[in-house]
Amino acid sequence: MGDFFELQTITKTFGSYKAVNHSTITIKKGEVFSLLGPSGCGKTTLLRIAAGFEQPDEGRVILDGKDITALPPNDREINTVFQNYALFPHMTVWDNIAFGLKIAGRSRSYIKSEVERMLDMIDLEEHAYKKPAMISGGQKQRVAIARALVNKPQVLLLDEPLGALDLKLRQRMLLELDRIHDEVGISFLYVTHDQGEAMSLSDRIAVMNRGHIEQIGTPVEIYEAPKSSFVAAFIGDTNFLESGKVVKQFADGYCNLKLDGFPDVICYNDNNHAVGEPVVISVRPEKLRVSFDEPPDHQYHNKVRGKVEDIIYFGSETKYFVRVQDYRLSVFQQNIHFLLEERQIKWNDEVWISWHGNDSYMLQRYTPEDEHLLAVPDPQAK
Amino acid sequence: MKRSSAPAWTTVLVIVFFYIPTLTLIIQSFNSAKYGGGWQGFTLDWYRKLMHEREVWRAVQNSLWIAAYSTLGATTLGTLGAWMLNRYKSKLQSAHYTLMYAPLMVPEILMGISLLMFFVNLGIPLGLPTIILAHITFCVSYVCFTVMGRLQDFDDSLIHAAQDLGAQWPTIIWKILLPLLGPGILAGALLAFTLSIDDFVITFFTSGPGSTTLPVYIYSAIKKGSLATINALSVLMMLVTFTIVLVSNHFINHKKT
Repeated sequence: MGDFFELQTITKTFGSYKAVNHSTITIKKGEVFSLLGPSGCGKTTLLRIAAGFEQPDEGRVILDGKDITALPPNDREINTVFQNYALFPHMTVWDNIAFGLKIAGRSRSYIKSEVERMLDMIDLEEHAYKKPAMISGGQKQRVAIARALVNKPQVLLLDEPLGALDLKLRQRMLLELDRIHDEVGISFLYVTHDQGEAMSLSDRIAVMNRGHIEQIGTPVEIYEAPKSSFVAAFIGDTNFLESGKVVKQFADGYCNLKLDGFPDVICYNDNNHAVGEPVVISVRPEKLRVSFDEPPDHQYHNKVRGKVEDIIYFGSETKYFVRVQDYRLSVFQQNIHFLLEERQIKWNDEVWISWHGNDSYMLQRYTPEDEHLLAVPDPQAK
Repeated sequence: MKRSSAPAWTTVLVIVFFYIPTLTLIIQSFNSAKYGGGWQGFTLDWYRKLMHEREVWRAVQNSLWIAAYSTLGATTLGTLGAWMLNRYKSKLQSAHYTLMYAPLMVPEILMGISLLMFFVNLGIPLGLPTIILAHITFCVSYVCFTVMGRLQDFDDSLIHAAQDLGAQWPTIIWKILLPLLGPGILAGALLAFTLSIDDFVITFFTSGPGSTTLPVYIYSAIKKGSLATINALSVLMMLVTFTIVLVSNHFINHKKT
């Protein structure tokens, strides 16, 4: 399936503030596409441009081959689920869902059958004649989704739809959203700052930062192969080894790196950084192995000595903070045989940390503007 | 909870200073003594006499017409003003806000005199139209702030949601704005009506021959000395005003719960 809904080279400024800068996303038919980023990154502005509430300064909005940039929201085959639901408080659930169909001038019998179909889908038949104030947050959310979907839009826009719900309900609504998407099969453009929501729901994700798109990819690509240090830090947890310098490049793609305040490491050079170029290395905590015994030598394996400074036990896994020269590495270890282990790792133990050279990533150093977004809390700093 | 005699004292004081004079007025309207004073027996004569006084009913008619027109004008302008003040944000808005607020603070007598000068200088003959204009002028602010209270609770994303679902502005106004803001607008209108029908000072300055309103009539009647019918009239007026205030309060509080 080809590109269906496109936001092409969108730029939008408010006064002197550039909310969105030259950003392009293309969404396939039936795809769940997420815009993910910290608050103020421009994701909501992009959504409002897609809905027609804002006009871009530059760029075009294309739906199914037609340029709809100039169309007002009421003429677009796009519907929105708003962050705070925006249900009409003076109308019943039934009338809220029927609103769009009534405006479209559909026949009474069509409206009745469609609204009932929607009520069945969101499983709220018995609340059809209640006002929004009488139903719970999760139910309101489902009404908002039904109210948008009943118009059979080509694209459904969702603006932080689960933001107002508590954690348990959020997880249930995520499954519900997934089910609804399977049922209607249209494209979803989902805006969120929550990486968990984006990762679990999306076919593809665009990670946004300060008005531009850092990376577009599947959840796996975004997590396993971040294109920038911002993406690496924003999605999940990671260890950054800064001030690296490529010293030797091998023919098989691996290279040796020299670091300040850390032993030399070997890393797969995905982005073909040249010898002498300064880079940052990102290693996810779960890719690191911690052990008492020295791991066997291997061509592409890194192993370093460190001292355990902190241990946080989560039940299913344990997080170790290990001091290696100037760095404090965080290491996630699944507690597969925690109780059976002959010798448990304790504070101040000397341990080995090891990882495969292909499990770390070499990235360009992030800019100072991003640094505060990425700050990893260091308990030692206090 | 701490027990305090303050609420009890407040009640007593309110009764003494507000309700006892009113009560006296009500009682006196049923007193057969011609100039008030001691109780000389129950009578409905004053009410009966009132029914036959042609001038009173002319004044009532004037008052009602003035109230109706000025309510219509003030409600329209006040609602639009509230909408504009609430919807658009600019540096000028705080100036607009102050301009809207000022009439609530200006002493009525100042407003009356300035309106009189204004009309006289422009050569507009004093009469019902000038009274209506004057009433609209001071009622607009009240309506504006009543409606604005409603608007502040209004969620703008509802308008976006309606647009998103295909609604054009006329539909949005008819199906979303009026149902949700209606009670606020109605409360403002009732407030304007009560203020207009009660007003004496500003009306006194801006009225001309043949445009005597009820409060102005009462004032002149007292000067002439026919106190007893005035008592009866005041009671009737109070009844009407009271009802309107109760109804408007009902609408103001209704949707807040």
